[in-house]
Amino acid sequence: MHWLFEPGIWSNPAVRTGVGVGMVVAVVSALVGLFTVMRSQSFAGHALADVATAGGAGAGVFGFSPLAGFVVGSLAGASAMEAIGVERVRQRDVATGVVLGGATGLSALFLYLITLNTSNAGSTQSILFGSLFSVSNSSFLVITVVSVAVCLALAALGRPLLFASVSPDAARARGVAVRRVALGYTLLMAVTVGLSAVVIGSVLSTALLIGPPAAALRLGRRLGATLALAAALGVGAVGFGVVASYDSFYWWPSHRALPVSFCVVTLVVVEVVTANVVARVWARRGANARA
Amino acid sequence: MFSSFMTNAWIVGTVVSLLAGATGFFVVMRGSSFAAHAIPNGAFAGAAGAALVGVTPLAGLITFAVVSSVGIGASRRHRGDVATALALVMMLALGAAFLSLSGAYEPQVEALLFGQILGVATTSIVPVVVIASLCALALAVMYRPLLFNAAAPDLAAVKGLNPQLLEMGFMLTLALGAALTVPVVGALLTFSLTVGPPAAARLVTRRPGSALVASMALSAITLWVSIAASYQSNLPVGFFVGTSSALVYVLARILTRWRGRRA
Repeated sequence: MHWLFEPGIWSNPAVRTGVGVGMVVAVVSALVGLFTVMRSQSFAGHALADVATAGGAGAGVFGFSPLAGFVVGSLAGASAMEAIGVERVRQRDVATGVVLGGATGLSALFLYLITLNTSNAGSTQSILFGSLFSVSNSSFLVITVVSVAVCLALAALGRPLLFASVSPDAARARGVAVRRVALGYTLLMAVTVGLSAVVIGSVLSTALLIGPPAAALRLGRRLGATLALAAALGVGAVGFGVVASYDSFYWWPSHRALPVSFCVVTLVVVEVVTANVVARVWARRGANARA
Repeated sequence: MFSSFMTNAWIVGTVVSLLAGATGFFVVMRGSSFAAHAIPNGAFAGAAGAALVGVTPLAGLITFAVVSSVGIGASRRHRGDVATALALVMMLALGAAFLSLSGAYEPQVEALLFGQILGVATTSIVPVVVIASLCALALAVMYRPLLFNAAAPDLAAVKGLNPQLLEMGFMLTLALGAALTVPVVGALLTFSLTVGPPAAARLVTRRPGSALVASMALSAITLWVSIAASYQSNLPVGFFVGTSSALVYVLARILTRWRGRRA
């Protein structure tokens, strides 16, 4: 196993905390993200990530913890998107885009203000592209508590949400408050994006939200199995991503390690592509068996 | 504000904003905001890669923008939004990796993401103008088919219009435009300029021709105001581009509501 785990990886406390945080967040993102993919809300999920960026950067300017900034920013963005108009799909697209664009402008301002303060060098990269190894033990605890709360809320919302996601009209006819369910789900998604931003950076958090569930949906048939598969794929991507990032320090003479977020995102994309290929092969084999 | 070192910024800024207004009009009409958001991030990875390898930024910008637009255009059939989202984050992550491998320092990263008007070199004016004219020409050729396809896709298909080919052509134009815009207003804010002013223009007028003109005008005004404000305040141009694009849209919303109440 020496070729896989470079010396000292597990004795490093920052790596251990980072891996723990990453696994917890990967599970929550996968569970919440499954519905994002089913409801075709990837763009909204990504826009929340960009608004979370503004929140995280703002927190940096005013001296709050980035986690609080990510979550609060993302929740504010979700409310703004709901407020501007979601009546028609086309309009939703534009409303999402406008909120996203405005928020990115704010990020530009905040990040610039941070760089004026030279003691915070490297904060642009750590906010946008993540800094998993700098998560403290106390925020690990907060992240775990918030993650459990999100999972419980998702379980409470579960059946109506699933119904409303699969066929909104039928759900409405059966008396499900589709609008309220959608609002509740958007808020959950906002908190999840904030958590994920801590692990792989705010602009990349969509990867954990969308990627593992999209791969799992190609392969899984039943809901339980799909959820479990999505969580496993998310955890796998984060775990191996951290290891690859740690190892990459030794890969070339310049000793410039690849960012964790890059490794995680690459693994997520590989998972999705593989799942697509496997699903296509299965479908062909199924067609041949029937013929 | 109009001193000699700002001339390049004004010229390139005007060309780029007019082009963004024109492409943005079609982006809003066709509902392809997400792709329009993803492609500039591909360009970002290209610029970062060019810095790592040591070739001219424009080459990297164009290569990566075109590659990501082809990827997105080709994979739009099955759960297109997931493919777009993943292409987007993959490109951003790649850009981040390139930047950390080349050991880029903070201001360089910020300039790529949030724009740097003072970085416009005199040598880049000619390529920018040439490529922008090509894009404008392509949009003029595709104007009617794009409108037709957006208004009545089925009828357009019956009339022999190939929607996939059209989509590809449009995505390529979008990519070339993004490659020009990214160095000026930044990868994350190119999108603001492509969606805010055009969406506002569509609210203000219904007729496609005048909406196109209004979109280009609003986009140019947004960028001019942003360059001027950035020059005066010494704050990043991206901040002004992002917030004023959103502001233009909000004002248009208020205007239409007010007109609706009077009518």
